[in-house]
Amino acid sequence: MQTKRAMILVSNDPESVRLGADELIQHLTEALGAYDFQDEVEISTLSNVGASNILPLVVVYPEATVYGPVQAADARFLVEEHLYKGRIATDLVAPPKQLSGNIGWLRAHKGYNPAEQRIVLERAGRIDPENIEEFIAENGYQALGKALTEMTPEQVIETIEKSGLQGRGGAGFPTGRKWKFVRMAHGNKKYVICNADESEPGTFKDRIVLEGDPHTILEAMAIAGYAVGADEGYVYIRGEYGLAYRRLQHAIKQAEEFGFLGKNIFNTDFNFHIHLHTGAGAYVCGEETALIESIEGKRGEPRSRPPYPVTHGLWNKPTLVNNVETLANIPAIIRHGAEWYRSFGTPSSPGTKVYTIIGNVNFTGVIEVPMGITLREVINIYAKGMKPGSVLRIAQTGGSSGSIIPASLQDTPMDFESFRKAGVSLGSGALLICDQNTCIVDLVKVLLQFFRFESCGKCTPCRVGTQRAYEIVDRISQGHGQLDDLDVLISLAQEMERSANCGLGQTAAVPIRDMLKHFRTEVEAHIRLGSCPAGICEMLPEVEHV
Amino acid sequence: MIVPTIERDVSTIVKEAIEKHGATGDALIPILREINHALGYIPGEAFREVRKQVHTPTEPVYVSESQLYGLASFYDMLSTKPRGRHVIKFCENAPCHVVGGKAVWDSLCETLDLKNGETTPDKKWTLVTTSCLGLCSVGPVVLIDDDLYGNVSPDQIDGILERYE
Repeated sequence: MQTKRAMILVSNDPESVRLGADELIQHLTEALGAYDFQDEVEISTLSNVGASNILPLVVVYPEATVYGPVQAADARFLVEEHLYKGRIATDLVAPPKQLSGNIGWLRAHKGYNPAEQRIVLERAGRIDPENIEEFIAENGYQALGKALTEMTPEQVIETIEKSGLQGRGGAGFPTGRKWKFVRMAHGNKKYVICNADESEPGTFKDRIVLEGDPHTILEAMAIAGYAVGADEGYVYIRGEYGLAYRRLQHAIKQAEEFGFLGKNIFNTDFNFHIHLHTGAGAYVCGEETALIESIEGKRGEPRSRPPYPVTHGLWNKPTLVNNVETLANIPAIIRHGAEWYRSFGTPSSPGTKVYTIIGNVNFTGVIEVPMGITLREVINIYAKGMKPGSVLRIAQTGGSSGSIIPASLQDTPMDFESFRKAGVSLGSGALLICDQNTCIVDLVKVLLQFFRFESCGKCTPCRVGTQRAYEIVDRISQGHGQLDDLDVLISLAQEMERSANCGLGQTAAVPIRDMLKHFRTEVEAHIRLGSCPAGICEMLPEVEHV
Repeated sequence: MIVPTIERDVSTIVKEAIEKHGATGDALIPILREINHALGYIPGEAFREVRKQVHTPTEPVYVSESQLYGLASFYDMLSTKPRGRHVIKFCENAPCHVVGGKAVWDSLCETLDLKNGETTPDKKWTLVTTSCLGLCSVGPVVLIDDDLYGNVSPDQIDGILERYE
């Protein structure tokens, strides 16, 4: 018997037949004949399908791609795309479940979690990141072409605004509005900066994009440049990301050779050049004004704001700074439109979010899921549960500057709106899951150690505040704390939140606040009983001061 | 760390770095990184050389030695002190900490008899802590020169250190 290279299954339950399944099978057969595929591909039927809104449904093996609804008129296109060109006919892929904020209904892809929704990580891991042709075959640079030849800069900005995309660097500022500000800013020279200084502990989502799909970032930056009126861009990549740096360097060279970067892109009068700049190890450079200082060859100390970078940025020119993940959403939004993007996630936080899962769970790594799923879902489905013998006790969302939450908050939907209401920060998307063997005092001590080390020292509230807070928590962890210390911690947190110059000092207060809000009894146990309930902190004997 | 087989002149290293990155303000950090990479640290005379060489007649960049020192002391990946032949960087952030990082750090300190930032008397090892390296899914993480070790446990330390001359 001859082996077939592919198999097409078409649903032929009564409902599908009523919707034209028979005609579809006939057209598919004809299309296969037209490409001379009749001996290579087999058509068969599939019945008893439960999904009534996507009938007639077509499943193509061996990839197990699910298409639906497919009309007879689509048959030729489907065969051409999937079987002749060998790529997924994206327009026909069965849609995800609408807007519930829960898991989307998706094609099963080998190696992916069952219900992931990939927009940002669409190509990462599936294409050769060093080969621009593979990127182009997967619709690469299509969005740039569309923006340059079919849309005005205003239309591009309007599309991004309508999509509801919010900055994925942590603050959640509406991306479209930021673009508009830079567009409206006065000046002939403007810049686009990609913030790839991903240093938030526990976060490595941007690294996955940069290493796996570097061209997406270049394409998005060029689109942004067109929209805001910039002809030059910088990628500021952290010094520790060597592989990502080499991949980007190679990608820029290839894009220039192919004419996607440089002069007269797509035969228009739009020019765009991208420079690559590396950091040299400083967490604070993720803050946009510190990043700009660092590109200019200075110490990465945040500037006082206002004025904001949208009007006075790099070399004092209007500058757009966007995070890697934010940019990675742009080409897909331009290709498919704002409405399509809004079909993912929740109404107030559309789209997907890339999370890094780490800690005491069975699976650690990166996932991309619609906005609005809960921490419980992440742990039970994506992280494949807690490690044997572990019980969820503490979770930290958003890296060091994110929030620390107790197990009781694990059913809060993870989107900007719901988290804001619950007083929690979504931050960078790092999810650190800790079990019962984690002591809150010990954890906060580690976080404050991080902040006091990374504080740039420019402003006093942060420089002194992080140091003093660390000393106090260190003392508590050794069993020498006093109840008064907690009041001092609260006032330190307040001062830092109110008067620190940048986000680093302001968010250094968050772990202190969360510790005292959710885990006060545990902290007090260290002070009153002189012992650590989790058995982690080493209690030291009092040192005699002479 | 690259140990130069033939002692290279600091001014040549600076010259090569400037040729590669240009004599502009935004090239200062890349230039310092090149020097650090070539020598393992940035000696005082390198600041002097950089100041002189970026001050080109056509497009002078005005930068003082103290400003350059300010850069080198600000950024973690630049060192103003000589370091050992191999630099061990240990991630001390929360994600590595909750999966057993502390025990690995204690084991490193004990085996090498070093504290954070110190170098062994034979100039073989320098031990430093570092902020997150973005490899949290395989924590605890130890970086030795450019070699990465993930999922490290305290009993593996001896075996890992043995690989280095």
